[in-house]
Amino acid sequence: MNLNQLQPPTAPHSLSANSVSRIMLTVLATLVPATIFGFWLYGWPALFLWIITVLAALLGEAACLKLAGNKALPTLSDGSALVTGWLLALSLPPWAPWWIGAVGGLFATTLAKQVFGGLGYNLFNPAMVARVFLLISFPVQMTVWIAPMPITSAAAPGFHDGLLIFLGNIPKPDAIASASLLGFAKTELSRGTDLLHSLVGSAYGISLTGARAGSLGETASLLIAAGGLVLLALRIIAWHIPVSMIAGIAIPALVANAIDPARYLDVTSHLLSGGAMLGAFYIATDYVTSPNTKAGQVVFGLACGFLTYVIRTWGGYPEGVAFAVLVMNACTPVIDRYLKPRILGRNWRGAPLDPAVERAKS
Amino acid sequence: MNTREIIKNGLWDQNIVFSQLLGMCPAMAVTTSGTNGLGMGLATTVVLVGANILISSIRDFVSPQVRIPVYIVVIATLVTLVDMSLNAWMHDLYRVLGLFIALIVVNCAVLGRADSFASRSTVLASALDGLCMGLGFTVALTAIGLIRELIGMGTLFNQASLLLGPRFAFLEMKVFPDYGGVLMMVLPPAGFLVLGLLLAAKRLVERRAAASARSGAAALAVENATGCH
Repeated sequence: MNLNQLQPPTAPHSLSANSVSRIMLTVLATLVPATIFGFWLYGWPALFLWIITVLAALLGEAACLKLAGNKALPTLSDGSALVTGWLLALSLPPWAPWWIGAVGGLFATTLAKQVFGGLGYNLFNPAMVARVFLLISFPVQMTVWIAPMPITSAAAPGFHDGLLIFLGNIPKPDAIASASLLGFAKTELSRGTDLLHSLVGSAYGISLTGARAGSLGETASLLIAAGGLVLLALRIIAWHIPVSMIAGIAIPALVANAIDPARYLDVTSHLLSGGAMLGAFYIATDYVTSPNTKAGQVVFGLACGFLTYVIRTWGGYPEGVAFAVLVMNACTPVIDRYLKPRILGRNWRGAPLDPAVERAKS
Repeated sequence: MNTREIIKNGLWDQNIVFSQLLGMCPAMAVTTSGTNGLGMGLATTVVLVGANILISSIRDFVSPQVRIPVYIVVIATLVTLVDMSLNAWMHDLYRVLGLFIALIVVNCAVLGRADSFASRSTVLASALDGLCMGLGFTVALTAIGLIRELIGMGTLFNQASLLLGPRFAFLEMKVFPDYGGVLMMVLPPAGFLVLGLLLAAKRLVERRAAASARSGAAALAVENATGCH
């Protein structure tokens, strides 16, 4: 082979139309079906909560940019604050009062993102930091779930009642208060009822259509997963984190469920409940807070999934995706330190390659 | 170093928490309420003043090679005295602050003042330095505690009568009635959050002051320059 042919022309080699705002907008577009399904399932209060969470996230970002003496509009229009607010809204209980969304949105973009320096500098996923902050600070409001009542059904609150629920002015009727599947399973187990008895015939079984209690984006797991597959197909995200995170949840769930189905939930329930799908496709794949190398991403995803399973099964909280992702965000610099890509012209240990051997190989 | 400088250093310029970032363990751990912060700050102030006076008065007899063990013994003795006194006369507060009083021994701010100031200054200056550093520490801890308490529980100086006696019960305020509380604010992470925001605020104030001083000096210079001609 003529070596001259291998010499690259001068940079720039090629330009792609990709940009931060294009990626963010694609991510949002794939979230639309699941979000609309959530609105349909939980009615007006969910829509109001989504609006205020997104607005608060944007406001927090704009205020920080102004404080730092920057122009707000160019950074706001990259869409990253919009994605943060949107993902946070999807992880909230759909009928939470307005101030949950407002505090969470502001917290996410100010204290979890902009104080670190903005997009690309934050150590932790802003939406998950805000969710954990809300969950720890307001345990009551963050764990009140409602049974789904599609917006078209007679029982669903109208626009006016929805606004009152959103403003926290009327208490939620007890009849519609409900528990998410993971929460229900945990409570029943702690009361000594095993899963074989508690789940049979109750309204808490897994339902593929998503008609069950949970956070705004939780029950539409299949739509979330479909959106994630679109992102994979568009190469916005790589397969390493989602696949390994799902494996990290599924493998221990399979083993434990096979050993003792009365104590451990089945794989389907684990994968379609809580934030598993949202976490695997949208949260853990955050470019900023996940490792750079493919090997690192596999380690990261597996650990995220495994930690999620551990927290769900043996931890104090029924759901663990947010905690697991945050713990692994903290480990990302360590992973990146030990799983580095091979330097061109050197072997994995960093020693120079022998030119004679390499020539013989090619 | 003159008196004014010592006072200004202790309260603002070299504030133990906000500038030197020393004594972080008590600054994070006990500042769940204004009262706890105040109590911890005052206890530390007593130790700081005592340690500075003692160490300054023995500074000529302690050789540099053994100074650190000597300082530690002096500080530990004082802390034990404070610990026993609190246990005897302010038992309710002692039960709240408990473990952290004994930990004043390892508060690096105390050793820091002993080594960097008291070991090379007169007794009077050292006493003043200990007092001002202690008061600066107290103000910082009380501020962090008040902010965390206000947001976390909606009260101010809760249980102040335990620390200062029943006459100070008027300090106890319930600012927001029917407040659900923000649990996170009384947990450790909020200590870091509030400290970080207060550090930023202090630097903002200093930067503003420096900017206005600069512009004032510039205006004066222009005035002088025009005055010459």
